Amino acid sequence: MVWLAVMAAARERRVRVAPRFKDVEHLLRLAGLFLAGVLIFVIVRGALVPDDFGALGHYRAGALASNRDKPVVHAGQAACVGCHVDVAEVRAGSLHAPLGCEGCHGPLGAHASAQDDRKPVRPEGRDLCLRCHAANAGRPAWFRTVVATEHAGEERCITCHRPHAPALR
Amino acid sequence: METSRRDFLVIGGRLLVMTAATAGALEHVLAGTPEKAPTYDTAAHWWAMTIDIDLCIGCGNCVRACKAENDVLNEPFYFRTWVERYHVDPADMEHPTVDSPNGGFDGFMERYPDGSGKTFFVPKLCNHCAHSPCVQVCPVGATFETPDGVVLVDKEYCIGCRYCVQACPYGCRYIDPRTHTADKCTLCYHRITRGLTTACVETCPTGARQLADLKNPADPIHEFLRANKIQVLKAQMATGAKVYYAGLDGAVR
Repeated sequence: MVWLAVMAAARERRVRVAPRFKDVEHLLRLAGLFLAGVLIFVIVRGALVPDDFGALGHYRAGALASNRDKPVVHAGQAACVGCHVDVAEVRAGSLHAPLGCEGCHGPLGAHASAQDDRKPVRPEGRDLCLRCHAANAGRPAWFRTVVATEHAGEERCITCHRPHAPALR
Repeated sequence: METSRRDFLVIGGRLLVMTAATAGALEHVLAGTPEKAPTYDTAAHWWAMTIDIDLCIGCGNCVRACKAENDVLNEPFYFRTWVERYHVDPADMEHPTVDSPNGGFDGFMERYPDGSGKTFFVPKLCNHCAHSPCVQVCPVGATFETPDGVVLVDKEYCIGCRYCVQACPYGCRYIDPRTHTADKCTLCYHRITRGLTTACVETCPTGARQLADLKNPADPIHEFLRANKIQVLKAQMATGAKVYYAGLDGAVR
């Protein structure tokens, strides 16, 4: 009963006393809208931004793994020498010893991991040799170059030189 | 063979350490994908590259190997690494003639047979800057410097806006026409994290290029940086470039 009386008195007062803010209702709606906006932003952002974004910096930490997760195309010198011991012996100590096999024979990752029966390219002709050894003003002075036609006419390089150990045959 | 108490402790200790090291990898080894084992520690490396101009013969092996290794389109002529030929006339050293036919993919035909001036080759690639302009401009965080010092692109996140292509002062980026996302040298991240060297270093016949790990005290780069006069490209831009050139001419841009 007391509670009812209090409520009635309050209602009377509200009728009598003019509200301090005429548009308080509008402000409340605005605040509600604002809160809803913030909520939607937080939810949408949470859904769109991957969990691992920012773990290492301003990027997706998983991008490191996706950059790593690619097939290796060039097997690497160690893989070649592991099987082709005979060629490694021929090359040892020669001027061509520092060259990687795949520089001339092409990428052989698939060959080394036995995923297919791809064979190393066996370079024919002398284009490959001349890519390095043709006289060119840009090549450093210590490097051995020739003008092919003056040096050997139209003869193939491997007639006189062994590619794995290029001293004269 | 008799095993002394000392040997037993040494062997036992090694076994313990090895077991701890392989525990994380075992799951992947059993699954037949040992390369995915998390044995690579990004905090233990700081990758860089050294290029000795006096060793480069302009054969283009690096360009061809890079394209094969990283599935870079042959045409149009986009490159992750390429070789430029500089020709400097002593009478006009500020205006060198630079050419790079197909990026050096087919090697270089003789162009200066009269021996005038100074001619040399300059291999170029992403400088994997420690303070990369390309990373700074990316609006979505799709390109970044990894904790081990490699600048990479997140192809799933890139929106192809081309800001980074314009921002790179070295011209090292392009938009892959197949995916419409930015692409660039990854320093063969898939190789170096597996203990291999990059494809360009693997196939370089003279050792002009060397992959280097600055955090490895035994790496020859420390001697290389000490023994040679070193330059980085566009040092005035303070990009923190990590491709260190020995014997680089002042005419190179």
